[in-house]
Amino acid sequence: MPIDVTLPGGLTLALAPDLILMAGAMLLMLWSAWRPDSASHQRSVGIGALVVTVITTAAVIWFAATGAKAKPGIVAVDSFRWAADLIFLLATFIAIAVSIDYNTREGIDAPETHVLVLFATSGMMILAAARDLMIIFLGIELMSIAVYVLAGLNRRSARSAEAAIKYFLLGAFSTAFLLYGIALVYGATGSTNLAAIGETVAKYRLGDSPMLLAGIALILVGFGFKVAAAPFHMWAPDVYEGAPTPITGYMAAAVKAAAFAAFLRVWLEGFNGAYLRWHVAVWWLAALTMVLGNVVALAQQNLKRLLAYSSIAHSGFVLVAIVVGTPAGSSAFIFYLFAYTLATMGAFAVVVALGQPGEGDLTIDSYSGLWNDRPWMALAMTVFMLALLGFPIVGGIGFLAKWYVLQAALQAPAPQFRLAVLLVITTAISAGYYLQVVRVMYMKPRPANAPTPLPTGGLTRIVIGAAAILIVALGLFPDSMAVFAQRSVAQPTPTAPAASGPIAVMSPGSAVAGR
Amino acid sequence: MLAFLTSIGYESWVLPTLLALPVAAALVIVLHGSASKGEGTGGLDDAAAMFPRRITLFTFLLEFVVSIGLWWVVAPGETGFRAVVDLPWIRTWGIRFALGVDGISAMLVLLTTFIMPLVVLGGWTSVRTKLHAYHALMLILTSGMLGVFMARDLFLFYVMWEVMLVPMYFIIGIWGGARRLYAALKFFIFTMVGSLLMLVAILYLGIKAGDPATGIPNFAFDQIFAAAAQTPQGGINLSWFGIFLPGSTLLFLAFFSAFAVKVPMFPFHTWLPDAHVEAPTAGSVILASIMLKLGTYGFIRLAIPLFPTAAMSPGMRTGIIILAVIGVIYGSLVAMVQPDFKKLVAYSSVAHLGMVMLGLFALTRESVQGAMMVMIGHGLSTGALFLLIGMIYERKHSREIAAYGGIAKVVPVFATLLTIVALSSIGLPGTNGFVSEFLVMVGSFKTYPYMTTISALGVILAAAYLLWALQRIIYNPLDKRDNEHLTDLNWREIGLLVPVLFAILWLGLYPKPVLARMEGATTSFVRRVEAGASQRAASLPRGAR
Repeated sequence: MPIDVTLPGGLTLALAPDLILMAGAMLLMLWSAWRPDSASHQRSVGIGALVVTVITTAAVIWFAATGAKAKPGIVAVDSFRWAADLIFLLATFIAIAVSIDYNTREGIDAPETHVLVLFATSGMMILAAARDLMIIFLGIELMSIAVYVLAGLNRRSARSAEAAIKYFLLGAFSTAFLLYGIALVYGATGSTNLAAIGETVAKYRLGDSPMLLAGIALILVGFGFKVAAAPFHMWAPDVYEGAPTPITGYMAAAVKAAAFAAFLRVWLEGFNGAYLRWHVAVWWLAALTMVLGNVVALAQQNLKRLLAYSSIAHSGFVLVAIVVGTPAGSSAFIFYLFAYTLATMGAFAVVVALGQPGEGDLTIDSYSGLWNDRPWMALAMTVFMLALLGFPIVGGIGFLAKWYVLQAALQAPAPQFRLAVLLVITTAISAGYYLQVVRVMYMKPRPANAPTPLPTGGLTRIVIGAAAILIVALGLFPDSMAVFAQRSVAQPTPTAPAASGPIAVMSPGSAVAGR
Repeated sequence: MLAFLTSIGYESWVLPTLLALPVAAALVIVLHGSASKGEGTGGLDDAAAMFPRRITLFTFLLEFVVSIGLWWVVAPGETGFRAVVDLPWIRTWGIRFALGVDGISAMLVLLTTFIMPLVVLGGWTSVRTKLHAYHALMLILTSGMLGVFMARDLFLFYVMWEVMLVPMYFIIGIWGGARRLYAALKFFIFTMVGSLLMLVAILYLGIKAGDPATGIPNFAFDQIFAAAAQTPQGGINLSWFGIFLPGSTLLFLAFFSAFAVKVPMFPFHTWLPDAHVEAPTAGSVILASIMLKLGTYGFIRLAIPLFPTAAMSPGMRTGIIILAVIGVIYGSLVAMVQPDFKKLVAYSSVAHLGMVMLGLFALTRESVQGAMMVMIGHGLSTGALFLLIGMIYERKHSREIAAYGGIAKVVPVFATLLTIVALSSIGLPGTNGFVSEFLVMVGSFKTYPYMTTISALGVILAAAYLLWALQRIIYNPLDKRDNEHLTDLNWREIGLLVPVLFAILWLGLYPKPVLARMEGATTSFVRRVEAGASQRAASLPRGAR
């Protein structure tokens, strides 16, 4: 029986996992204030945050298993939401686990770190659920404000402070774009509810309405900032470099995934009637992001900056799945984000594990000869790099994710041949920088004056090992995951009768014109 | 024999076993490596270092023994696929774990399992660092190569195709020569760029072959062939150049880019000399003997029969044949001026593989049979050449031809073996080289007489560069003092070369059993391509040509 989210009881039920997470986060907040800051208190609050994450995950899995449905309303109860939630929670778990060790090493005693991560995650879960532009705005703010603070967590580091300020200013700026866009869309359609917007656009054929298109464009800019798509990516490398490393991973994986989840839902459910218009813009955004992210990454010497550009490049790949605009595209989208999250969080966890206190020097060359000292760590990093590269077997699901996106792109009613070819070409370019990391670890000798790596904390080691094994194992046996992704679909709103049927080809994506 | 094989259900388990054995052995070696801490001497007295060597050799010998039954399974006259295994793998995407061999792939599988134990023996003492990793990578590499030859599903084919890259990248990059970092990266990037375009084409075909109702693609070879037979009407119109590229041509070019880099065809060959020279002996042998064959195998298995119209359209066919002949002549000429013996052999590979491409695209029964024989023969004789270079390099640490001279007096056994192997590479009657190149010439002359005549020059040039090199290395006066104390080959080295010599002479004197086993597959290849090309060329509108 579908949940009626217009009633208070139904709404509470529909938001149960989010409420569990928030309640847990508030309890932890009280507990962290209960005692003076100390390394051990930081650690125990961190463990508590991990427990809350696991409980929330269980709740999400329970909902996903029961297959609960909801009547149309302000929040969605569908498998797309649960799949997205699982991705956020996975990233959250890894980020907190790694943070515990990182904070101990860096002497950050504030236990609130972990609570802030949980608050940001609850914002993300709201984003994945939201079916109303106002709720989306709430989710973005809840998530962003917590992450602004997290970026500046390391008060003693000037770079961390710079990152926080930069992220805050540009984030606020982009939120303004988003809000103005929402206002224009409301003006054009008379509603902030996605389903209502979709219906209005289809019914009155608003696909060409200038006011709606202006609103869509502004919302696109807002989301473009959040997902770090070129040309709105400028903040990402500086912020990623300055923020504490576990938080950088969290930003690159979870924050991005959350913004993407909302992006996809708004675009498919709200603006599907204007597909022919926004499709061109998102097409160019995807193309530009793939090329720019991958090419600029080639020049990076700092590992965190390299991973930042890699994450920009991956935004481009994910945007391809959005351009497709079909249910298969949204399945591929979920699959891709999962693979990307696992590999990115794993890579950042390795960076944390091998860092020296202060993290002054994170050049790629500092990993020279890592294989001799820490063979398993080098092996795990190789798996993460090859997964991000999208290499079969060794890179496990990284390859399958790209495969799925390509499949969706070629299977669409308007097949995206040019984007597909661009995707593989930029993937080949990305081999240049991912392999550089691998090459340094295995093929260069360890410099004589290199500092001996510190022993890595147990939690971090477990997380890294589990992520690497998961990547390879799911790469060999992906069937259950593929089935899950296939069900996790955000349904595009049916378009008006005139525009339905095979979508007229009038976009730059139509490589093969009929003869 | 066949009755015995049937009684043990040989065909149902042989191919998966061949794939799984090396992976299992690699796991054992990695676990042993992480259990035995610290680096020993790596020499033959180091017990921990002997373990991976022994396990790997044992595994490869076992592989050879297991695979040898394929000789009887693929009986002469057999045209279809045998030892077929077909299991669902990723149902949601219509991907199957499908294996099978016909005459062509069975011979290449046997070549692989024959060469690999010799490769391990060849590197028995020359590799002394990180032996566990080295042998584990060799084992995984073998699984990848065998997988390409066996795959009957395009997804599986692609995965295996790519998987080979990683172990080879590490083998070159960690155990290679002075410029190994550059060579390894170049090898990886070239091959990957080529194959990624093929990935898009594979997906496109898979979706075409799939079920339109459910949207599940299908990558099984048979369905892919059916789908390729009705390829798109669309294409790219390059109006600036006045060229129209139909969809099937674009798809063919996507496959071409992957395979031509691997072959390697002129002008995509530049990675090969670097990779060959910088790789350790084992890497060079594997590259020359097996990995280069993967490219030509790709042409004969996929690129040409999938798109006969595109591949055999006059412009494309002539263009590829011209490139092949340029490869033959250019490879030979460049080989002649190399001061480095390893580089000389590397360029001679470019020439030989040009011959294979000529045979394939000349498209007569003899030329295709000959091309297959060149592939096998080149695997044997060039592999043996690299092994011999590795042996002398281990003694003197120089690959410069000028560093030697007159060493026949000091190392007579080495000199004898090198001479025989070089003569087989040249194509002396009585060795495999003669049979194979003769067949290619006879076959190709029917369709491309002028090109064949030019490529015959390559055979003469081959005699010139190899004999000249032989003269400078083992004949001439012994004018360098330090060469007087070179030690001759030991029993291990002689023992590992004897099977190769035997195979070289056997294929030279009595190639019929091998030819007969490949005949069914090559004949059906030629028929299928001819039928496809003529039928579809007739149906195309005039403007499309």
